[in-house]
Amino acid sequence: MSTEIKNEWPLWEIFIRSKQGLDHKHVGSLHATDAQMAIENARDVYTRRMEGVSIWVVESKFIHASNPSDAASLYDPANDKAYRHPTFYDLPDEVKNM
Amino acid sequence: MLTFVSTAFLFLFLNRNNPNMEKGFEEIFQDKIDKEIRIEPKDWMPEKYRQTLIRQISQHAHSEIVGMLPEGNWITRAPNLRRKAILLAKVQDEAGHGLYLYSAAETLGITRDEMYAQLHSGKAKYSSIFNYPTLSWADIGAIGWLVDGAAIMNQVPLCRNSFGPYARAMVRVCKEESFHQRQGFEILLTLSKGTAAQKRMAQDAIDRWWWPSVMMFGPKDDESPNTIQSMKWKIKRFTNDELRQKFIDVCAEQIKVLGLVIPDKDLKWNEATGHYNFGEINWDEFWQVVQGNGPCNKERLETRKKAWEEGAWVREAASAYAEKRKQKQSLHAA
Repeated sequence: MSTEIKNEWPLWEIFIRSKQGLDHKHVGSLHATDAQMAIENARDVYTRRMEGVSIWVVESKFIHASNPSDAASLYDPANDKAYRHPTFYDLPDEVKNM
Repeated sequence: MLTFVSTAFLFLFLNRNNPNMEKGFEEIFQDKIDKEIRIEPKDWMPEKYRQTLIRQISQHAHSEIVGMLPEGNWITRAPNLRRKAILLAKVQDEAGHGLYLYSAAETLGITRDEMYAQLHSGKAKYSSIFNYPTLSWADIGAIGWLVDGAAIMNQVPLCRNSFGPYARAMVRVCKEESFHQRQGFEILLTLSKGTAAQKRMAQDAIDRWWWPSVMMFGPKDDESPNTIQSMKWKIKRFTNDELRQKFIDVCAEQIKVLGLVIPDKDLKWNEATGHYNFGEINWDEFWQVVQGNGPCNKERLETRKKAWEEGAWVREAASAYAEKRKQKQSLHAA
C-alpha cells in the first residue's frame, strides 16, 4: 500500500466559469498526472450538464490559505468601521437617488 | 458577541497544550454547529467528528462506485439506443458522485489510495443494496425508482450537514440524482403499460427490490447507537426510522400510478398517524448481507479489486508520460 500512496497522482483544485462575464468559482478537486489531464477530467466530472464555459486547474499544493485561528486578528479591524457602509449615514428622506 | 467569541478563541489558542482546554474547544465547536455555521477542513474539530465523517463519506463514495456495477450489467443489453444512452449517462453520474465524495473525504486528511485499500480489504463497507443482482431489464427501473428514491431521501438532508465540503458535494449529487429516479420510474411505467409478460417483469423486479430498499435506511433507531451523536453534530438531520417512514409513504402513493403492488400485505394507510403502516423487516437478512453473505458481495468486491489491479499499468504509464513531458518542457525552457 505504501508504494501505491507514493504513486498517487497529484491533487488539483478545479475552478469553473459558468458563463462569460462571471468569475471562475471553486467547484472541487480531483487527481490527475498533469494540467492537461486535470482539465480533461474536470470537463468530465464538473461540466456534464453545461455548467461551464471555462476551466482553471491549480495543483492543490500551490494554494496558500489563511489559518482559521487567525480569523480574529485578520478580520477584527474591519469590525468597528461601520462608516464604510452606505447605511451608516442618516440623510433626510427628500434626498433621492443616493 | 463576535468579539467575545474571538477573545475566547484566542485564550484557548494560547492554552491549547493544556489538556483541560480540549473541552473549551468542543464547546466552541458545538456552538458553531448549533448556530448552523459550517465546519471547514482547517477548523478545529473533535477527532471523533473527523473519524465519523471519514467513515461516512468514504462509505458513501464506495457505494457510488460499487453501485455502477449492477447497472453496468445492463448497458450492453438496454432495449434501445435511447435507454442505452440514458443508462450510460446515469452510470457516468455515479462515477462523478463517487469522485465528489472521495474529494470531500480527502479534505479530512485521508488519501484516496487509503480509502481504496479499505474498500478492497473489506474494512470499509458500502451500501448493502448493491450486493443484490440485476436479473432483468425491469431491475434497472426498480433501482432508479426505489434505490435512487431511497438514496435521495437520505441525501437531501445531507445537503445541510455541518461539514462544508460534504454538504457542497451533496448539493451537486442531489441536483443530478433526480433524473435517475425519474428515468427509473419511466422504465417501470412503460413496462406496466406493456404486454402481460412485461407487466409481470416489472412486478417481479419490485418484489425483489422493495425490502432491500426499505433496509437501506439502516437499523431501527433504538439499534442505531451513533444516531444521537450524529444528530447533535448535524451530520444527520433525521433518524433512520423517520426517513424510512417518509420513503414508504411516498412509494405507497406512487405505486398506484404504476398499477402494480408493493409486496407487503401489512402496508395500510393509518388515519390516526397520518402515515402508512408497514410489515416487519427481515433484519436477519439485513445483517447477513452487511456481514458479507449477500448474493453478490464476493463478486462485487472481486470486480472492484480486479479493475484496480488491472488498471495499475495505466496509472503507471500516465505518470511516466507526464514525467517525460515535464522533462521535455523544462529542456525547451532551458
